[in-house]
Amino acid sequence: MRYKQYFLGIQRKLRLALMDLLPIVLVVVFFQAVVIRQPLPQIGEVIVGFLFVILGLMLFVEGLEIGLFPIGETMAYALAKKGSLLWLMIFSFALGFSTTIAEPALIAVAKEASVISSGAGLIENNQKTRELFAMGLRLSVAISVGLAILIGVLRILKGWPLYYLIIGGYILVMLMTIIAPDEIIGLAYDAGGVTTSTITVPLVAALGVGLANVIKGRSPLVDGFGLIAFASLLPMIFVMAYGLLWF
Amino acid sequence: MLDFIIDFLWVLFYTLRDVLPILLLLVLFQVFVLKQPIPHLKKVMLGGVYVVLGLALFLIGLEKALFPIGKIMATQLTELAFVGIPENEAAKWWSYYWIYIFAALIGFATTIAEPSLIAVAIKASEVSAGTISQKGLRITVAIGVAFALALGTFRIVTGTPLFIYIMAGYIVVIIQTIFAPKTLIALAYDSGGVTTSTVTVPLVAALGLGLSSAVPGRNPAIDGFGLIAFASLFPIIAVLGYAQFMELKIRFSKIKTKNDAF
Repeated sequence: MRYKQYFLGIQRKLRLALMDLLPIVLVVVFFQAVVIRQPLPQIGEVIVGFLFVILGLMLFVEGLEIGLFPIGETMAYALAKKGSLLWLMIFSFALGFSTTIAEPALIAVAKEASVISSGAGLIENNQKTRELFAMGLRLSVAISVGLAILIGVLRILKGWPLYYLIIGGYILVMLMTIIAPDEIIGLAYDAGGVTTSTITVPLVAALGVGLANVIKGRSPLVDGFGLIAFASLLPMIFVMAYGLLWF
Repeated sequence: MLDFIIDFLWVLFYTLRDVLPILLLLVLFQVFVLKQPIPHLKKVMLGGVYVVLGLALFLIGLEKALFPIGKIMATQLTELAFVGIPENEAAKWWSYYWIYIFAALIGFATTIAEPSLIAVAIKASEVSAGTISQKGLRITVAIGVAFALALGTFRIVTGTPLFIYIMAGYIVVIIQTIFAPKTLIALAYDSGGVTTSTVTVPLVAALGLGLSSAVPGRNPAIDGFGLIAFASLFPIIAVLGYAQFMELKIRFSKIKTKNDAF
């Protein structure tokens, strides 16, 4: 009986992973067959790669759901209830930081960015500098997401209106854009969208909704959200500062 | 084969290092701050193993499939022979229309099926007491992302500065925020993150980088990034816009029924 349930869970995860990939495969196949009408180069390797992506995504999501999410959620809830502001702040920062460091999309984009930057002669063209650049990029994004979650949690506690902070953030982004080097701007703007995917969103949303539930006079729907919005604003500012440092 | 196994072990090692902070955080807080034993320890450990293994497989697959696909498509769709331009003639921006269509289709297809967008749509329809329909919102956001990626590729082809587009977008968002129903603002802002899933991000990034190195006169370091920024800005505009539209529609129909009563 337990095994049956287990297989049903795996099956659902497989379907989710397929759902993520299927639209891409359909559009690409349509273009190759109807528009470009050429055989796709390295087709074998690409198919193997797709299988790896599906299998990897399935295992990853399954692992998050059976292991990390339940413990993360109960912990966010317990800490919100405990009422110690200092520990809550430390937890918020650490949660944002650690989930961002493990974010697959960020790992991929940081690596690509280091290759592009060394190709353009912006950083030294060797393995070590590239790795250093990619790691530094991920660290600055992770620190900024940690800070963003911390500020977001403070906002929920104090009941500050969301849009003041967001508009203030936008103004800061604009000011940083003026002084940041041209080569970092695209990457910095992208960093905002990259941070908010598989791991960060569910855990952070759980923290926000848990907090709004515990504090009197807060509605989880209005006050619980908005954490992710910060997590996509601050990385832009920090990555532009990181660019000032390197280029 | 041996090479592959060594590669895999390296990726596994790096992945372990990447996941370590989360594990440390959860264990330390549980044991030292909350002073409770970890519930279902066996399950948590199994979950940790799955996460590391899954992430490693995903990263390898990404390198072999998603990145190459994005770059190959960008190169193939911009080849002079395919675009149909003689060797010595400069291409106009509209010559690359297949790239815009491809980007729009990728944007629409990946967004409409995105599980986290479905979750946001359900919540939005709850908060708005049914004035916002789930299906309507999903289609609106998907069209928003399709338009965003088409516009983003147009920007790469023409080489116009990214910040002009993004600033204009921000100004639109700020104006919309002033007029939008207050209960939906936080949800709309969060929806910017939902369209950029783990699978879409690498593919779209590779498309932009491939395009900027294939189009003559473009520099990948300056023009290559930015597509993801478009894809995370436009859903906010789409959700706010849809909410305002539905509110106006309801107000209009109320006025109408009032007038009909006379």
